[in-house]
Amino acid sequence: MRRAVYALWHREIIRFVRDRSRLTGSLMQPVIFWLMFSGALHGSFKPYGMDYGVYFFTGTLAMITLFTAIFSTITVIEDRKEGFLQGVLVSPVPRSAIALGKILGGSTLALGLAVIFLLLAPFTGIELELDRVLMSIGVLALLSIAVTGLGFTLAWLMDSTAGYHGIMMLFLMPMLLMSGAFFPIEDAHWLISWVRHVNPMTYGVGALRHALQGSAPGCPTFAVCMIGTVIFATAMFALGTFVVTRRSSRDAT
Amino acid sequence: MSETHAVTAADVAFAYGERAALRGVSFAVEAGASFGFVGPNGSGKSTLFKLLSTILPQQAGSITMLGHDLLRESAAIRRRIGVVFQSPAVDKNLTVLENLRYAGLLLNLGGKELKMRIDEALAAAVLTDRRADPVAELSGGLRRRVEIAKCLMARPDLVLLDEASTGLDPAARREMWKVLRAQDNLTILFTTHLMEEAAEADRLMLLDEGQVVASGRPGELMEEVGGQVLEIETVEAAALVAELRDAFQVDAVQVDQTVRIEGETVQELVPEVMKRFGDRIRRLHLAHPSLEDVFLHRTGKRFVVQDPEPDLKKKKKRRRS
Repeated sequence: MRRAVYALWHREIIRFVRDRSRLTGSLMQPVIFWLMFSGALHGSFKPYGMDYGVYFFTGTLAMITLFTAIFSTITVIEDRKEGFLQGVLVSPVPRSAIALGKILGGSTLALGLAVIFLLLAPFTGIELELDRVLMSIGVLALLSIAVTGLGFTLAWLMDSTAGYHGIMMLFLMPMLLMSGAFFPIEDAHWLISWVRHVNPMTYGVGALRHALQGSAPGCPTFAVCMIGTVIFATAMFALGTFVVTRRSSRDAT
Repeated sequence: MSETHAVTAADVAFAYGERAALRGVSFAVEAGASFGFVGPNGSGKSTLFKLLSTILPQQAGSITMLGHDLLRESAAIRRRIGVVFQSPAVDKNLTVLENLRYAGLLLNLGGKELKMRIDEALAAAVLTDRRADPVAELSGGLRRRVEIAKCLMARPDLVLLDEASTGLDPAARREMWKVLRAQDNLTILFTTHLMEEAAEADRLMLLDEGQVVASGRPGELMEEVGGQVLEIETVEAAALVAELRDAFQVDAVQVDQTVRIEGETVQELVPEVMKRFGDRIRRLHLAHPSLEDVFLHRTGKRFVVQDPEPDLKKKKKRRRS
C-alpha cells in the first residue's frame, strides 16, 4: 500500500515536471494574473484601505491551489480513457491507494506552486515573517488537500474532460469568485451572501488572510476559518477515497 | 478445482442493464495452455475478458481462477495474473524503465527484488536496450512488448490479453507471442478477431451472442466442418441452390450472395458445376475449412468484424487458396 501510494504520487510529480508547457503555464499564470489585476485596479480599488496588490496576493495563492488541483485531477479522466487506470485497477493495490496517491500528488504540486509564489511576496510589499510564512504554508497544505480531493472526486465521476471543464466553469470558478479571493463580499445581495457562507473556499481564503496578513477584515474569525478549512480538507479527502472504493461497471469501459 | 485447470467457469451470465452480454457460458482452461476467445463484435468475448480480469463485478455463475473464487477472492487472483488491455495501460509520458518501476511498486515490490524483476521483465520482452526510452517514442510493436513486460513483473501464472495484437503487423505479433510462449507454465487467455492468430491457440472457444457456439482444438474444429468447402458467388444464389441440390443431391446452402457446399468430396463437383452453371458463376472458391467456416457452420452467420481501425481491413480479407 505504501509503495503503491508512493508510485502514484511520484508519477503525478514527474509528469508535471516533465511537461514543459504545463510547468511554465502553472508558474506564469498566477504571476501574470496578479500583475494584471493589481496593476489595473491599484489606483481605483482599495478594499478595506488595503492596496489591491496586497489584497489580491492572498487571493492568488488560493487561485493557484484550485487551478493546480483542477489540472492535476483532470488527468484521472485521461488515465481512465487511455487505460492506465484499468491497469492499476487490476493490480493488487487497494483502491483507496489510488485516491491517496492521486490526491497527495496533486496536493503536493498545488502546495509547491503556492509556496513558490509565496516567496515572491517581498516584491509586492508584503513583509514576510517566518511565523506567518509557516502558518500560511500550513493553511495552504490543508487547502491544497481540500481542492485536490474535490477535483479528484469530480474527475472520478466524469467521463469526459469536456464535462469536467463544464463543471469547472459552473461550479469551481464561482466557488473561487464567491470566496472573497478576488474582491470582498459585503453588503451583498442576500443570495450572494448566503452562497459565500456555505462556500468552503470562503473559510480557506479567510484562514489564509489571517495567517499571511495578520488580519482579515470582512472574514470570519481565524478559529472559524481554520475549523472550516480542516472540515473542508477532511471531507474532500474522505469523499475522494469513498468514490474510488465503490466498484462499478464503469471501471471496465 | 483440479490442479490441471487454471480457470474453470460455469454458467457465467452478465447483462448491462437490460441487454444480456453473456448467457450462460461454461469452459475450462488447462494450466499452461493458450486459450482463445473468438467471436464477432457483441459476441460477449470482451465482457468475459473483463470479468476474468476482475475489473467487472461478477453477476451470475461461478468462476474459479488459479484455485481462487473470483467473487470472493479477487484480491488473491490479482496478485497472480497479468492483464493486457486493448487500450494501452502504459504511460506514454514515462520511460520504459519508469513504467516497469511503477508496475513493481504497485505489486509492493521494492529494493533488490524490484530491480531484479525489472531486469527479468526487460530481458524477457527483449527491451533491455530500450529501457531509457520514453514509451511515446516507441513503435506500436515495442509498446505492446512494454505492456507484456509490465504484466510479467508480477511473475503471473496466468495472463489475459484483450485483442492484444490489434494494430500490430504480423512480425510484431509473432514477436509478442514468442515472448509469451517462452514463459514456463504460463496460461494465456486471449481474445482475438484475427483467425490466423486464433488458429495457433491450443484451444479455442467461439462465442456468438453471449453463448459458446464451439470449443476445442483449432484443428478439431476445422475438421468437424469436414473435407473441403466450395463457395460459389453468383447473382442468383437462391435459384442456384435449388438447381445444385437437384443436380448433385448435395446440401447446398445460401449465405448472403454465395452458395456453400461442405463435404468430403466437394472438389469432385467442380468440373461438373463449371460445365453446367459456369456462365452464371462469378467466382468459384474451393478451400479447406477455416475457423470462419466453423463459425458459419455453427451459427449460419458469417464471421464479420467491424474494425475500428480501417487499415486493418486489408488483413482481415479471407485469404484462402
